Amino acid sequence: MSTILSVNHLTKKFGYLTAVKDLSFTIEKGNVYGILGPNGSGKSTTLGIVLNVVNKTSGEFAWFGGDTSTHEALKKVGAIIERPNFYPYMTALQNLKLVCKIKDVSEDKIEEKLDLVGLLDRKNSKFKTFSLGMKQRLAIASALLNDPEILILDEPTNGLDPQGIHQIREIIKTIAAKGTTILLASHLLDEVEKVCTHVVILRKGEKLYSGRVDSLQASFGFFELKSDDLEKLSSYLRTNEHFGSIKQENGLVTAILTSELDAQTLNKLLFDKGIIVSHLVKRKESLEEQFLALTKNVNA
Amino acid sequence: MIRLLQIEFIKLWNNRASKVLIISYFALLTSIALVAAIKFDIGPIKFHLADQGIFNFPYIWHFNTFITAFFKLFLAIVIVSMMSNEYSNKTIKQNLIDGLSKKEFILSKFLTVITFSLVSTFFVFIVSLILGLIYSDFNELSIIFTDLEFLLAFFVKLTGFFSFCLFLGVLVKRSAFALGFLILWQVFEGIFRGIIRWKFFDSETTDMIMGFFPLQAMFNLIKEPFSRLGAVQSVANQMGEKLALDYYIHWYEIVIVLAWIAIFVYGSYAILKKRDL
Repeated sequence: MSTILSVNHLTKKFGYLTAVKDLSFTIEKGNVYGILGPNGSGKSTTLGIVLNVVNKTSGEFAWFGGDTSTHEALKKVGAIIERPNFYPYMTALQNLKLVCKIKDVSEDKIEEKLDLVGLLDRKNSKFKTFSLGMKQRLAIASALLNDPEILILDEPTNGLDPQGIHQIREIIKTIAAKGTTILLASHLLDEVEKVCTHVVILRKGEKLYSGRVDSLQASFGFFELKSDDLEKLSSYLRTNEHFGSIKQENGLVTAILTSELDAQTLNKLLFDKGIIVSHLVKRKESLEEQFLALTKNVNA
Repeated sequence: MIRLLQIEFIKLWNNRASKVLIISYFALLTSIALVAAIKFDIGPIKFHLADQGIFNFPYIWHFNTFITAFFKLFLAIVIVSMMSNEYSNKTIKQNLIDGLSKKEFILSKFLTVITFSLVSTFFVFIVSLILGLIYSDFNELSIIFTDLEFLLAFFVKLTGFFSFCLFLGVLVKRSAFALGFLILWQVFEGIFRGIIRWKFFDSETTDMIMGFFPLQAMFNLIKEPFSRLGAVQSVANQMGEKLALDYYIHWYEIVIVLAWIAIFVYGSYAILKKRDL
């Protein structure tokens, strides 16, 4: 597996404010990465640095093993930062031709990419006449013109209506399915959970976690149970060595697992003890719950 | 290099305002030929400007380069806005992300400046040559091609001025403010001249010092041509005055402007490099 981007001890200070603090991570080919973090956690600054628009204070980053200069490497990258930036007085087609010139690639792919994002019939409209969703889609088309090794998206669904969000997500999924490496920065956790295989979690410029999404959800999950005899149920669960804490809330018992146990076995165990459950669900914590737990731990 | 020019060309030519300004600029350059048509024929007073010797070789090189240099303000607007628009549209950020280096970005703008200056110089050369061939009293090849250094000075002058505009565009980021700053700088040079002339130096030293300021240095390159005109000279002779003006272009004047060009271009690059976008 080849490394696309490696970031080592990257730091960026804006005056007294440290936006990115000693950040290190690597991006490997073929994975879909998410950079997660609340607003102001340094996601965009980090992307700005590796994309040559923000100067780093200290640390290193290297594209494709560091053999090429950053701006040469960026020709093999497709990136959209925050808002789509194009020349408002030029048409979609003219704007994309300009990008082709900058990236030094042929103009053959323009139609194909416009078609992919569903803008082919508007190719001769001026950029300023586009809605935000269309602008964002044009930005994606533009980022794909060079068939990039990696696609970097910073808050791609920010400010879009539900329909626009859905369209962008579908496009991202299509691209990911083709095997393109994607780096997606977002504060929308379900968005990352739906498409990403790996995550980097940032908070106030510091890295809290980086690795696979499933190993972040390292816990064994939990059971949600309901029964006519809640007391008997909870007291039994407390004696079982598989469970940690047991919570009872609104007639629903939540039991956190400390070791592997499947739903079928539990059901049988309970039945043998004479406890009949009316509701039994085994769940894993969502990324959101994990993320909140992780960021809260640091607060404490 | 061609790629960088093409990039800039796409940006400029698709912008209607820039296109109109560029076209009107070159139309104006050509329109200096219309001066030839100035002709009063009111009874006994017959005046034909073309007959006054302004189109005589080699004087025409001096006259036309001096006059047409005033039209550079049109292109100045184009250049300031082509720079500041990149900031207001945030396209500079996208250009860099798409893989243009900061050096290439400045270079593409500077190459455009050079191209504008070259094309202008070429235009002035052609228009002057045609006008001269029609109206000049002397048509020997050796005379036609004397004093061509005025064209070189014209080229350096335009490049210097446009580089200044470019620098202001990068520095100020807003076209209106950058143009305002340009005017302010002109006023500043005037006031500064007044102060040092009044308090410190005689007129010669003042001129020398002012020659180092960018706008004055550019102006010094091509001196006013009117006192060279035959009619003016003869009037002066009759008055018993001898106008001995030094209207030649000196190498050090060119060097000063070239130095300013280097400062402006490198300065633009340094600012861009240091800035977080």
